[in-house]
Amino acid sequence: MTYAIDGWFAISEEDGVHLLGTSCAACGTICFPPRRGSCPNPRCASTDMRVLPLPRRGRVWSYTNACYPPPAPFVAPDPYVPVTLAAVELDEVGIVVLGQVKGLTVDQLQVGMEVELTAGPLADGPLVWMWERAS
Amino acid sequence: MSAVAVLGTGMHPWGKWGRPFLEYGVAAAREALRDAGLEWTDVQYVVGADTIRNGYPGFVSGASYARELGWSGARVASCYAACASGAQALDIARTRILAGLCDVALVIGADATPKGFFKPVGGDRPDDPDWLRFRLLGATNPAYFALYARRRMALHGSTPADFAAVKVKNALAGSLNPMARYRKPVTAEEVLASPMVADPLRLMDICATSDGGAAVVLASQEYARRRGTGFVRLAAVSTVTPVFPNTILELPDFATDSCAAVPAPERPFRAAIAHAAYEEAGLGPEDLSLAEVYDLSTALELDWMEDLGLCPPGEADKLLRDGRTALNGSIPVNPSGGLASFGEAIPAQALAQVCELANQLRGRAGARQTAGARVGLAADQGLFGHGSAIIATL
Repeated sequence: MTYAIDGWFAISEEDGVHLLGTSCAACGTICFPPRRGSCPNPRCASTDMRVLPLPRRGRVWSYTNACYPPPAPFVAPDPYVPVTLAAVELDEVGIVVLGQVKGLTVDQLQVGMEVELTAGPLADGPLVWMWERAS
Repeated sequence: MSAVAVLGTGMHPWGKWGRPFLEYGVAAAREALRDAGLEWTDVQYVVGADTIRNGYPGFVSGASYARELGWSGARVASCYAACASGAQALDIARTRILAGLCDVALVIGADATPKGFFKPVGGDRPDDPDWLRFRLLGATNPAYFALYARRRMALHGSTPADFAAVKVKNALAGSLNPMARYRKPVTAEEVLASPMVADPLRLMDICATSDGGAAVVLASQEYARRRGTGFVRLAAVSTVTPVFPNTILELPDFATDSCAAVPAPERPFRAAIAHAAYEEAGLGPEDLSLAEVYDLSTALELDWMEDLGLCPPGEADKLLRDGRTALNGSIPVNPSGGLASFGEAIPAQALAQVCELANQLRGRAGARQTAGARVGLAADQGLFGHGSAIIATL
């Protein structure tokens, strides 16, 4: 199993797919993508960032699609099928995360609808996180 | 805060000309100098807004323009701040004048762009979010504009017809502007029949990438007064960064900041950009005669109207429908035709907006003229965290 990017998400048999964020040990600020170095809160000087799995479910903040093939470094499948994208507000941690959507077109999405995290392959093989209809 | 004088402005017509960016910048600069009644050798300080798509000369554009105009020994600076580059270049020149380090400065921005979507700078760069958003998600700039548009529809009930009405308005204004790339009025039917690019935005909802150039001559008020001519004042340049946590998904990011540990600030980033400019100028939205705003998409113009305080959140569509933002309305928005009519030439666009403000305030905007214009605001946003709002007054 090759991930399109290391350290941003994890897939396990027990827990399914999780995005990996970081939590600041001092002020509790949570980040995605995971952050090295210092806390992004300007009033916190901590450099103790701990990796944690983020909630798997959230509500659609907004969505769209790419009717034309995006340029490189995206690898477009041939024939091209429009990529659907959703920005999803994660429960509990107050972060909106953008991702590809699996198995739903824009006509099937709505702002506020519940989705959950899964993974799927890019056209050239490696896996990336994706959103799908909540089970 | 004391102001500096805008002594002259100049532009190269925008389009797809296929020539080096320096040509556009130099043409704009010579026009701005002519407008100011100055020679290049009168300029003590030249600032270039950089372009990242045109090789090394683009990275050091201040010196590149100086060389094209002929090495004169002027002090020089170059800066890049994405779409805020022009505003930041202007601010660098303004600050130097206000510090008393020079009297006359020339600010230049120009770009030559590729066809189609903007792409990340080349190479395999997995540490660069701009590269990664294409690689992992295929998330183009229009995809982000579409997310804002769809969100607006869900929150405020905007419709594709409202978005089309923005394009119709801006295309009409652009048809009256000899510097604009697109000079044909369009109908709502044409917009709504154009190909879908990123649902709900269609081709004619999204601004194109263009070639173009713009330049501004700034001077101290004392210098301008000695010359005995009237001038426009630059009353504010806002270059603020966002305040943590930034809870709007910004290009090219994958995610927002979290508002779980620290609540979201009172003003979101775009509103904060405008607020900082108002505060610096000692003016408010009620003082504006017109506004040039960053209409990367039709829908984004509506968001900006609210962020500028022209109306409460959710009411921009009504202002538009009532004709208030049209050329003869109470607060014309994008009387130049906006990016809808110009397209993006990144380092030039904030300067092009200033050219329009100056033309309007000097009463020489022709058929686009806002009657009695006294105060104009231009808003842009440098992605990756650069604010850009400029206020000019008579």
